[in-house]
Amino acid sequence: MRRSMLFLPGNNPNMLINGNCLGSDAVIFDLEDAVSPAEKDAARILVRNTMRYMDFRGCEIIVRINSIDTPYWKRDLDAILPQQPGLILLPKTGTAKDVQEADAYITELEQKLGFAPNTVGLMPLIETALGVENAFAIATAADRVQALFLGAEDLTADLRCKRTKEGREIEYARTRLVMAARAAGVEVYDTPFTDVNDDEGIYKDASYAKALGFSGKASISPRHVGVINEVFSPSQADIDYSYEVMDAIAMAKAQGKGAIALRGKMIDAPIVARAEQTIAMAEALGLGRSEQ
Amino acid sequence: MEITKCAAAGTMESSDVYVEIEPRETGLEVELQSVVQAQFGQAIEETVRQVLKDCGVENAKVRVVDRGALECVIRARVETAAMRGKGEA
Repeated sequence: MRRSMLFLPGNNPNMLINGNCLGSDAVIFDLEDAVSPAEKDAARILVRNTMRYMDFRGCEIIVRINSIDTPYWKRDLDAILPQQPGLILLPKTGTAKDVQEADAYITELEQKLGFAPNTVGLMPLIETALGVENAFAIATAADRVQALFLGAEDLTADLRCKRTKEGREIEYARTRLVMAARAAGVEVYDTPFTDVNDDEGIYKDASYAKALGFSGKASISPRHVGVINEVFSPSQADIDYSYEVMDAIAMAKAQGKGAIALRGKMIDAPIVARAEQTIAMAEALGLGRSEQ
Repeated sequence: MEITKCAAAGTMESSDVYVEIEPRETGLEVELQSVVQAQFGQAIEETVRQVLKDCGVENAKVRVVDRGALECVIRARVETAAMRGKGEA
């Protein structure tokens, strides 16, 4: 479960070592944009050591390496892969070929390290117009791909438009990515909301992303983590309704009925599927139905 | 391979450590300043020496200014300084 994913700059020890105390389901150790070219070596070693020595149980580690058009990405993987990150976030993924190139090198390292195939997942970061248009091909380019991730800052620069709080400029990219990811059977995560001090804005933005079908949302500030977790968690009303749906289905089966209504609405397969997803997530969060 | 040039790594920020390294003819010389010198000075110096040994550095002068860094951070910054001093970064 990755409701929230918090970016942490890869060369900042103070933030890295506290990353597992900030409430997010996952942290993204950033070796790319948050690190200047002169400090790439230092960040790579610092992130490697943080993963090697610090306990991040309960918080998945994702590492954003440098893009495959830089001289850094293979050295990033050489240092990071032995520490078994949950996912590698691959920036500026534009084509299926980009994924396959990264996948081939990760496969080579996994074999050297004696890891089972696809131990480390890949999450292409879609942040160019080319990437958006190739989203389904990217999501299906390798078995290692577990999710797509939308990066709106670079995307809007590529689109030559302004990034706004309302996000109309990324509407197409958001819906396109959700559709491509779901068609490919992988997860999909939304871009960070960048105004750290706008509490109402982050709530609206996260709620909208959830409504579109995103699985979770990234953040650049610990301050946004709580709101994102709340938005992407099932509400008590949703949980209770889901249990009612499953009870109704069980009753219909016991009575030999093919269909049943609940609160005046027919219960069909998509409703059951949604109820199962909600209950699975609630159980993962330690939540249950209300006291009767 | 030995240290061939002056190099540095890390910062003076809280939870970090600043490490400077320079060539030296014979042996290791470690100069340490730390906010936790009294309690952990010896342990920090041992860590610095161990990392340099692991990096194959036998001769160097090292200045370490610790701002309360954890051991994994100290290890990272010393390794980075050593790699830079050897021209391998």
